[in-house]
Amino acid sequence: MSLLDVKNLSVEFRTAHGNFRAVDNVSLTVEKSEVLAIVGESGSGKSVAMLAVMGLLPWTATITADVMAVDGKDMLNMSPKARRNVIGKDIAMIFQEPMTSLNPCFTVGFQLGEALQAHLKLNRREKKERIINLLEQVGIPAPEKRLSSFPHQLSGGMNQRVMIAMAIACQPKLLIADEPTTALDVTIQAQIIDLLLKLQQDTGMALVLITHDMGVVAETAQRVSVQYAGQRIEMQSVKGLFSEPHHPYTQALLSALPERAVGKKLASIPGVVPGQFDRPDGCLFSPRCAYATPRCRTESPVTANADVGFALCHYPLKEGNPEGHPGKEEAVA
Amino acid sequence: MNNETVLTATDLARHYPIAAGAFKPKLSLKALAGASFTLQRGKTLAVVGESGCGKSTLARLVTMIEPATSGSLVIGEEDIATASLKALAHLRPKVQIVFQDPYSSLNPRQRVGAALEEPLLVNTDLNASERRARAQEMMSNVGLRPEHFDRYPHMFSGGQRQRIAIARALMLEPDILVLDEPVSALDLSIQAQVLNLLTELQERMNLAYLFISHDLSVVRHIADNVMVMYLGRPVEQGPAAEVFANPSHPYTQALLSATPVADPNHISERVVLKGELPSPMDPPSGCPFNPRCPKGFEKCYADRPILQNISDNVAVACHLFD
Repeated sequence: MSLLDVKNLSVEFRTAHGNFRAVDNVSLTVEKSEVLAIVGESGSGKSVAMLAVMGLLPWTATITADVMAVDGKDMLNMSPKARRNVIGKDIAMIFQEPMTSLNPCFTVGFQLGEALQAHLKLNRREKKERIINLLEQVGIPAPEKRLSSFPHQLSGGMNQRVMIAMAIACQPKLLIADEPTTALDVTIQAQIIDLLLKLQQDTGMALVLITHDMGVVAETAQRVSVQYAGQRIEMQSVKGLFSEPHHPYTQALLSALPERAVGKKLASIPGVVPGQFDRPDGCLFSPRCAYATPRCRTESPVTANADVGFALCHYPLKEGNPEGHPGKEEAVA
Repeated sequence: MNNETVLTATDLARHYPIAAGAFKPKLSLKALAGASFTLQRGKTLAVVGESGCGKSTLARLVTMIEPATSGSLVIGEEDIATASLKALAHLRPKVQIVFQDPYSSLNPRQRVGAALEEPLLVNTDLNASERRARAQEMMSNVGLRPEHFDRYPHMFSGGQRQRIAIARALMLEPDILVLDEPVSALDLSIQAQVLNLLTELQERMNLAYLFISHDLSVVRHIADNVMVMYLGRPVEQGPAAEVFANPSHPYTQALLSATPVADPNHISERVVLKGELPSPMDPPSGCPFNPRCPKGFEKCYADRPILQNISDNVAVACHLFD
């Protein structure tokens, strides 16, 4: 049994201009002690999908799924009270901006204690010991002194460490990190990534890393799920993804990396990610795809087999060539 | 291509006075302490460093938003420290800037056309139809369509807004374009589009770029020369190809090894730096990098190293090369 099992998750937001589907039939599984990366550009629904699992979406969101289970517990029809026992204990999440996700009015020690108080029965002394222990574990120097610091007295990197300490306070089985290093400098980013991986190896928890940085993905993840405009378009092992992408979007995204540029000109993807009002018919990537045919523009693709990375494409790429593609002439027509 | 030097900065510094308390003397925050460099037509100088290293202060000095505390800045023939107000008015259009976040750098109540015409309205005597013609020409240069002329910024995506910001900066045909993290707010696929546009415009208009960024993979792609800064001082300076292939300063080495490589088969030998950037209010004595440096020795805690040439083109500030 997988630790996190999500099948056909869709999230719709009620907006003033009708419903907007932010996540569209996304399926994913996370095994125990696995590092899965979810990659996508802004607006691809990667954060919303994970917030749905955590039950942190506002009331305007409608969540539908065939299965949404954490460690066998159904998260979809769970009462809010039962959910509160799982959130923060079995699964925990850290967010992009450490400065805004901590409460500026309370000390670091107090905020760490809250998580422990909610889930573990500890007396005051045990709690304090555990907090100091946690701060030590995430590499904060002089933890006894830091207990009474407020978030504004710490740097961004230190605050992110506090967030991580809070998330691992109850030894979760699954940690979801939503762009944990985007707001940090490169040298601090390296420290935080190393810390997350070390904690993951020491405690054996599973890690879901939401990011848009291909470099971070390559260095940390075992498996990668690529999302585009709310859909999961590809999922495979990290080595496979970088050496042989099966979806045209993944291929185009990888060749847009400055490291892979030949000469001064970068390969770019024309156009932009479709928004609420300009969703194309058929395949959502078809207006920007180099291989698009009339079929792509009218007919929605179905998810392909595992051997082509579950690519959501009519003509998944094999060794860089679209399989079953009618040829360039017809693509233009 | 004509590689004449358009800007020369020598020992440029900027100190900010900070009130320490009612009866205490003011402290001085050395945001930038002695940077020397030149900009050439058609070339890109990239300034790299972590937040707080003085990159943005440098941009503010070069664009003449703020005066330098000491040092000289020569643009064209004119030293801006001694130039008359009239001469400065002629210099300002020569240096233009593009900011990081295209969502906050454009006025939401101003149509794109008006935003592009405004620099001409302020600085030139062109009449309305000439201004409009120039704005439309610039829009086609940066890949915007004519029908975008009367639209508001909220109707555009991030990449298109950055195109508008670039177009606005180029309206006065500057010699120097300061790009302050121009692509870090953009998605990967859009980032490639904007970088291509910048390369193309540089070739066509023979512009000198001062490219400020913390993303080393972007810098490696676009820069001709690179200046690595730490705590307000350049620590390594030289041609990008040489610096990236053979980084000499321990900080440059750490920065390069900390940048994630988008290749799962790459074995990273990461030099993880301890600690964080010290406060520029109270920099450590000796070399400012000494608390984090993996190779520090006694001399590093006593004397501050000065920038010295270690080869024909590369200069490094480190005692390892004394």
